[in-house]
Amino acid sequence: MGIEEKIPDSIILTSLDKMVNWARKRSMWPLGFGLACCAIEMISTFSPHFDLARYGMEVMRPSPRQADLMIVAGRVSMKMAPVVKTLYEQMPNPKWVISMGACASCGGVFNNYAILQGVDRIIPVDIFVPGCPPRPEQLMDGILKLQEKLEKESLKDERTEWGRKTV
Amino acid sequence: MESKLREFFNTNFKDSLVKEETFRGDLSFFVKAEDLYAVCEALLDSHELQVKLLADITSVDWLHTDEEKDGRFEVVYNLYSIPNQFRFFIKVRLSGDDPKVKTVTDLWAGANWMEREVWDLMGIEFVGHPNLTKILTADELDGHPLRKDFPLTWEQPKFTWNQNDPPEVIK
Amino acid sequence: MSTESKTITLNMGPQHPSTHGVLRVILELDGETVVKAEPVLGYLHTGIEKTMESKLYYKALPCTDRMDYLAPMSNNLGYSLAVEKLMDIEVPEKVKWARVCLAELTRVNSHLVWLGTHALDIGAMSMLLYTFRDRESIIDVYEACGGQRMMTSYIRIGGLAHDLPVDFDKRVRNIIKQVENGLEDYETLLTNNEIFINRTKDVAVISAEDAINWSLTGPMLRGSGIKHDLRKANPYTGYENFDFEVCVGKKGDAYDRYVLRVEEIRQSLRIMKQALDGMPEGPYLAHVPGVVLPPKEDVLYKMESMIFHFKIITEGFKSPKGAVYQALESPKGEIGFYINSDGTNKPNRVRVRPPSMINLGSLPKLVEGRMFSDVITAIGSIDIVLGEVDR
Repeated sequence: MGIEEKIPDSIILTSLDKMVNWARKRSMWPLGFGLACCAIEMISTFSPHFDLARYGMEVMRPSPRQADLMIVAGRVSMKMAPVVKTLYEQMPNPKWVISMGACASCGGVFNNYAILQGVDRIIPVDIFVPGCPPRPEQLMDGILKLQEKLEKESLKDERTEWGRKTV
Repeated sequence: MESKLREFFNTNFKDSLVKEETFRGDLSFFVKAEDLYAVCEALLDSHELQVKLLADITSVDWLHTDEEKDGRFEVVYNLYSIPNQFRFFIKVRLSGDDPKVKTVTDLWAGANWMEREVWDLMGIEFVGHPNLTKILTADELDGHPLRKDFPLTWEQPKFTWNQNDPPEVIK
Repeated sequence: MSTESKTITLNMGPQHPSTHGVLRVILELDGETVVKAEPVLGYLHTGIEKTMESKLYYKALPCTDRMDYLAPMSNNLGYSLAVEKLMDIEVPEKVKWARVCLAELTRVNSHLVWLGTHALDIGAMSMLLYTFRDRESIIDVYEACGGQRMMTSYIRIGGLAHDLPVDFDKRVRNIIKQVENGLEDYETLLTNNEIFINRTKDVAVISAEDAINWSLTGPMLRGSGIKHDLRKANPYTGYENFDFEVCVGKKGDAYDRYVLRVEEIRQSLRIMKQALDGMPEGPYLAHVPGVVLPPKEDVLYKMESMIFHFKIITEGFKSPKGAVYQALESPKGEIGFYINSDGTNKPNRVRVRPPSMINLGSLPKLVEGRMFSDVITAIGSIDIVLGEVDR
């Protein structure tokens, strides 16, 4: 009837990289963590109208230890920066970061003493999603772009604290 | 209500009142800083005026303007009378060297955070405040950001984890 | 065996799913009873007040959206009214009516998000999905008006950014119908729900005297039974022409505030209906050359308008010396803009009276001596937005 009947007696030939990436791509769990205005748009993205569950990403994890993806949604203040850094460090490898919105990416309209001018100063960012705040479609596009990027990764890649180096 | 307030100040606090000002319908009384607490206490006790709601406490820095001669800082108390539906302001001017004014936290409990915010952002000390500590700015930040001599775009990224080892730029 | 009792200190936040943002509360617990609660703020401190000081009056307006991002139009309205008061500008009649309609739309938006998140905190997960469905239609109207879903900056100094969209009337009437139907569903789900009642009744109680002493405003003050609404007390932008009730609670607990906010949505819908019915025709901007930006369509074809547009954008306008305060009833309480001008083209000081911050100040009063799980209810029922608390 379904595919499960066929699988036991069939052989799939693939590379390990492809299989691992296939699995990782389709079960990316974001950290349920919002900072400012963009967090509301992030909730909208998860809500039925836009329905992020279509891409297998609706399982928001309240604990960083169970999450793969960190969506930095909103402005990061100087006081919040150490917290964001700690949360990132608590996430197990492999982990990815989406910087959502102008403020998280570059400080946005707030070029001042209180706001960190870009979250990439403290953690490595994979995808920048522009907008103030970005539309839910934009965030989805960012997530799909991240999935594309993920497919090109290899298990051989070395993960360092400041980004990934291809050996 | 305006005439009642004037009468209140003329009978009880004739010497404390520096000047009275009306701009675009907003009535403000400038009082001497040392008498501020007594004025607030009397207003709160006054059965006729019914000034019970302290809507806000805020502050102004007059550095490098011609207003500076009366004192660099201005603390603004925004008071509201719910039964009379009337809002007015009490303002005090403080010197730039050592701005200090007595706290009103024992009259209004809500003044606690407002005074902490003014202290944090403008550096005006409220004498007798139970817990005058930073409320909004990061612990690492020195100085009081809303002062005019504090630069707007000055970053102070003094995080404990990267003080000696600043991050590499990703290539 | 030692019999002495010890308290434990529990840190909640700043990354916590039910704190509506990056609030941190340090709780001291004796068993499950809260002995002491101390909110720690500033994790979203943005320096908005300082930033606004460095900008021309026009260019400071977009900063106001980003404070209370659930009620952007209320903030735009407050700032615009304050600058209009400072510059002594009288706006056309149509602008007033449109502003009332938009401000009430914003109130519905903010209360719906509050209802969803508050119910989610208490355990009713489906509410969030329903209220966000209704909110989405409101957001669509925002987008039609200002071109942006959340940060509209649609209400400008002296009027509106553009004329109202052509199908504004139809869209808003649809929303009124949709929210009216939705409210019935929500009330069926919550008002007589045993779990919801147990979690909210007699929780986070504050008496009328305390509410005033803690400087509370908005639904927090009205929930304790004090009939004070700035829309009635000191009407602005033409609220005196509208017929609506100020709702009050009795006990001042979280349940009263829930009933009150739902009722406020109903009253808002009522005001919106009146505003749509009576919306006059006319210009959408006041005609004050040199202060109010000329309409965009004129800028492209008329020499004079283009010169004024250029002048206002580059050097702004000089304001008279003085200080004004404009308060209005935002969904969270009294939001006030205190603008202090020293006679130049930039404000000397802009102070925003943040209703959610001052309301949040009463959190220790609400939860001390109560059970630990009531903290979540209390934070939810205050209705805070951290963007506005920390600014």
